Amino acid sequence: MKDKSINILKFIGLSFFEPAVRLAAGEDVKKNLTELIKKVVFPIVSILLFILLWHVGANKLYNIERDYKIETARKSGGETAIATELKRIESGESTINSLPSPVSVVTAFKNLIADHKIISAKKSAFLERVAKTNEKRKAQGLKAITYTGRPSFVDQIITSLKTVFAGFFLALFLAVPIGMVLGLSETLRSSVNWLIQIFKPVSPVVWFLLVYMIVKSLTLTYDGDVSFIISFIAVGLCAMWATLVNTTLGVSSVDNDFINVAKVLNLSVGQKVFKIVLPSAFPLIFTGLRITVSVAWMVLIAIELLSQSPGLGTFVWEEFQNGANDSNAKIIAAMFVIGGIGFLLDRMMFSVQKLMTFTEA
Amino acid sequence: MAHIELRNVTKAYGTGENRIEVLKNINLKIEEGEFIAIVGFSGSGKTTLIKLISGLEFPDEGEVLYKGEPVTGPSHERGVIFQNYSLLPWLTVRNNVGMAVKEKFKDWSKDKIGARIENYVKMVGLSHAINKLPKALSGGMRQRVSVTRALAMNPEVILMDEPLSALDALTRGTLQDEILSIWSKDKRTALLITNDVDEGIYMADRIIPLKPGPKATLGPEFIVNLERPRDKTELNNNDNFKKLRNSILEYLIQIGKERASESKNTYTLPNLKPILKTKLFQGVKAGV
Repeated sequence: MKDKSINILKFIGLSFFEPAVRLAAGEDVKKNLTELIKKVVFPIVSILLFILLWHVGANKLYNIERDYKIETARKSGGETAIATELKRIESGESTINSLPSPVSVVTAFKNLIADHKIISAKKSAFLERVAKTNEKRKAQGLKAITYTGRPSFVDQIITSLKTVFAGFFLALFLAVPIGMVLGLSETLRSSVNWLIQIFKPVSPVVWFLLVYMIVKSLTLTYDGDVSFIISFIAVGLCAMWATLVNTTLGVSSVDNDFINVAKVLNLSVGQKVFKIVLPSAFPLIFTGLRITVSVAWMVLIAIELLSQSPGLGTFVWEEFQNGANDSNAKIIAAMFVIGGIGFLLDRMMFSVQKLMTFTEA
Repeated sequence: MAHIELRNVTKAYGTGENRIEVLKNINLKIEEGEFIAIVGFSGSGKTTLIKLISGLEFPDEGEVLYKGEPVTGPSHERGVIFQNYSLLPWLTVRNNVGMAVKEKFKDWSKDKIGARIENYVKMVGLSHAINKLPKALSGGMRQRVSVTRALAMNPEVILMDEPLSALDALTRGTLQDEILSIWSKDKRTALLITNDVDEGIYMADRIIPLKPGPKATLGPEFIVNLERPRDKTELNNNDNFKKLRNSILEYLIQIGKERASESKNTYTLPNLKPILKTKLFQGVKAGV
């Protein structure tokens, strides 16, 4: 039980919980206690310190803005103006958009979840109402009526995840085969190298515009979710380079010993590629894919923001434009959600990478 | 007709000024069923010789003949055991051996192939590790798998490129016996490359020293007139063995000396004084 859970933790890349598991099993208490303090308690302390620093800093910034408002009020209308201004600030009528404090971010997060519950309740009620009509419409060959209300925060997270996975698979299916072909043929490699070198550093924003130009013309008569198509293609194209370059490198630099084995065994070309070259390139390919997932998630926010696909990027941008009292707090809450999901995605790829990577004998 | 024949083989690497002739005028005849050992210093072109015979490389001059026909590429008839095992790290022992068996016996049924794999793995005593990956095996075990892989294809010739040089003395002894017992079963032609004279004498019918490269050539052959099966402990007291060993060692030491004297050219250094850029330190030293 103990060893099993430790192995699982190691496999998913959360090995810092190892001493806690060992301690729970009552093993080598003194040593594991120091390990636990080192690996778990210290990070917690540093998180608390970070929150404290954030809290103090946020207060300070809030006060700067508040003092400035009061000062402006004093200049324009004296003591009475200050009193009204203070009242307006108190009631939230006069907005102070400074860095939100940790507490307000937590509140904003709770509100977002509560909001999600309300919206999903509305949505299911709506779907129930139109269920019968939809059946009729289906029989008539018409499109079903869908809920067109505002998406909740959780809906937006799901949209973002869908986009990032669609983009990732696009990158996978483009970059791995192309990388393999390039890795196998030196002529091809040198003839398209300029293309890779030029397109690799292009910014996500420009990729988005390029994809937009092309997809827009191709989807003039399509009435589906074009913004989703544009954003996932842009994400895929932005993120595929790490995998492309790594696959090319992995395939072109197969250990000479393995090639000799293939020759001595008289393997056919196909077998050589699929039984020797590809497996030996797996470690590099999966390292590339892990980078691709991170990059995809990173550029996703910027691309969604531009494409207006209803994901987290759009959420952040709309909240910023909105400028309500709790907008900044919502943005920071979204920031932590984005960071957290990015971390989880990376751990996921880490596990896949470990699974697919052999240890050199 | 010799089973394997090398005629005036020369092999060079590099071009222009960097061209180095590794092997020069190699002539060798190996008869069917013979066990030949080639001993030599490291870096004398032994691996190149194996590559030429196996068909991984081709001679620049001369010919490599297999049963009278020039070698045009690697073939199942010549199994190679590499020095660094060259097992595929992502395949288990079963699949590493299986890859070779499937390749050689394409029309065999799955069961037949499986049985052959298990048989051969059992022969080198690795049945318990058949489903393990190479990383979980020790060096000796890995080399056993490599030997099994080569033998399971039922080659007519076994080419061994210092297969045991990375192993400790004890494992080495066991593996020597294992290779010998497999070889003696159906007397395949065998070529062993080694840097260990004792190993050569213990295993081979003939020992041929390779003079150190560049431009390595084969030295005079030493015929091993010892009864098989040979016993290691008895051999140590056998006068024939001692004599043979001494003469081979003497020969090797002698060619080693010759080579050293050949490269004893004196180089005159140009009469230059180094320019020191650290004037600050000079100043400090001079007490300025």
